[in-house]
Amino acid sequence: MNVFEIIRFALRGLTINRLRTFLTTLGIMIGVSSVIILTAVGNGSSKAVQDSLDRLGTNSIQVRSGNLSFGPRARAVSNNTTPLTILDTVALNDPKQVPSVKQSAPVANANATCVNGSSTSTPSTFSGTWPAYFEASNTKVAKGNYFTTDDVDQGRRLAVIGTTTATELFGTDNPINQVIKCSGIPFTVIGVTEVKGSTGFQDGDSLFIAPITAVENSITGYQPLSSIIVEAKSSKLTDQAQAEIQTVLDARHHVKSSSSRDYRLFNQASLLATSSSSSKVFTVLLAAVAGISLLVGGIGITNIMLVTVIERTREIGIRKAIGAPKGVILSQFLIEATILSLVGGALGVIGGFIGSHFTIVGVKPVIMPSSVFLAFGVSVLIGLFFGSYPASRAASLRPIEALRHE
Amino acid sequence: MDAVDVAAVLVDNINEGHVVIDVKGAVKQYGEGAASIYALAGVDLQIRAGEYVAIMGPSGSGKSTLMNIMGALDNMSAGSYFLDGIEVSSMDENALSVVRGRKIGFIFQSFNLIPRTTALANVELPLAYQGIKSAERKKRAMAALKVVGLEDRITHEPTELSGGQQQRVAVARALATRPALLLADEPTGALDSKSTEDLLDLFDQINHAGRTVVVITHEADVAARAKRILRMRDGKIISDTINPSRMVSA
Repeated sequence: MNVFEIIRFALRGLTINRLRTFLTTLGIMIGVSSVIILTAVGNGSSKAVQDSLDRLGTNSIQVRSGNLSFGPRARAVSNNTTPLTILDTVALNDPKQVPSVKQSAPVANANATCVNGSSTSTPSTFSGTWPAYFEASNTKVAKGNYFTTDDVDQGRRLAVIGTTTATELFGTDNPINQVIKCSGIPFTVIGVTEVKGSTGFQDGDSLFIAPITAVENSITGYQPLSSIIVEAKSSKLTDQAQAEIQTVLDARHHVKSSSSRDYRLFNQASLLATSSSSSKVFTVLLAAVAGISLLVGGIGITNIMLVTVIERTREIGIRKAIGAPKGVILSQFLIEATILSLVGGALGVIGGFIGSHFTIVGVKPVIMPSSVFLAFGVSVLIGLFFGSYPASRAASLRPIEALRHE
Repeated sequence: MDAVDVAAVLVDNINEGHVVIDVKGAVKQYGEGAASIYALAGVDLQIRAGEYVAIMGPSGSGKSTLMNIMGALDNMSAGSYFLDGIEVSSMDENALSVVRGRKIGFIFQSFNLIPRTTALANVELPLAYQGIKSAERKKRAMAALKVVGLEDRITHEPTELSGGQQQRVAVARALATRPALLLADEPTGALDSKSTEDLLDLFDQINHAGRTVVVITHEADVAARAKRILRMRDGKIISDTINPSRMVSA
């Protein structure tokens, strides 16, 4: 009795009840593909967050007005807030006070709708700033030019726009040297930035950057700054730079204790660490849910194999009466269970690959190769493990008992 | 299909005159102590090669239990059993499966063919379990089916065959391994009178060729075909006679 013959017997056994075989396989298939797809979704979302944070630049630190307290006191505190000013920015550019800082730029944000003929666009980021902003925020101009410090000094109405804004306003035309009107004020487009992609909830390419003087003069008026963007000399120096910024701003804003600071610092590196650890938890949770469904599929195999053994008890008795050795009966049922999980696992891998091509809840899944091997391996082991109990039960039956079974 | 194959099905492995079955003090007990029931209460039996034996008795007399023990399907509580000179009572499960496969051809009242499997595959099955190669297996299965007269039904599944035909497939399956002993447990119990006649003629032919046949029955006309008739009651053999009518005809 060779292995191929036992496999032939096993395949025969499986074809007897096709619907049952199909449903059992389906259970394993869903288990395996959900492991692959869900870990791919988890992996994809953490990759997406990481990529967008990488694009923002890990050297940059953002200073924003306000304080972290919430609840009834939050408003009182914010009333006492000393706004961030250009002078703060100047102080944060002083190498003597902040030696770890490479450069700083003020940011004045506005909400404005830009018009070119009949096309309109409302950039999600509409900022007035200094040229240092581009490097500090890792924003690069792909076509055209940056504006200069001289442009800022002169208050020239020039603009660098993102690709989304460019497409919305100009379609496929070249936007360079064209004039657009934002909140009724004409700006000349001098540059288009590189594609940044989506930064979580915001389109990073819906962008309008102009000299801060021009924006304040014509659109926002002279208001406190929205934020200051600071670039540390290297990513290793961000912690040190942060401490220096605090020292300077604490002195300028007369802050007495760290809890009463009227500004907040956002460090991309720490954001990155937080987000990657939280997305790891997310991935593990998804994998756990998927693992449970794989387990349920395995229990399905046991259940079906038990039913099969009971249903075919008489047949097992006949086979033993005409000389089937115990090992052959054992192998036949074990191979049946293994084929179920093998085919289910293989279909699950295919299903997982197909499913991972689609964008799921806004996340482009990225398959983890380890999850494919793990899910497939586990499904086959489940077949062997959960199939072995019914199989050994079948093989150990005494022929006379099995033959009496109705 | 050459004639040698067909003849081999009937006469191969026959060792005329020696003891095929030797049962000594067979006891089969169910339960313990006062509540225990004896299905066999001490049976001694010898059957020689070439014999045609019928075991008769009312239900509960222990004839089926004796049959199952002779067929190595059940174990004894006490006693010893030699089959073709080999002690079966002390064998382990693997050795038993070899004995079942090679020494014994079993025929059941309810045919016990494997469902959804062709007649040929059913007959090949015991040969497959013995590890005989596919080509040889098929040849031997075909020869056995030819002996029972079903060579034109080999691709039929059990549900496509009549009761008589199914039982003949079962006989072919029992014969295919060229066993020392053919054991039949109420083989005509589920058959009409015409099929019964055909089957008994087949048994006559098989026995005439030299193979040992043991039939369990409670029908007198089935037992009448045997050369030796055993009667059982309450787990004991109460009579062991040579069938006079068969002595004359033979």
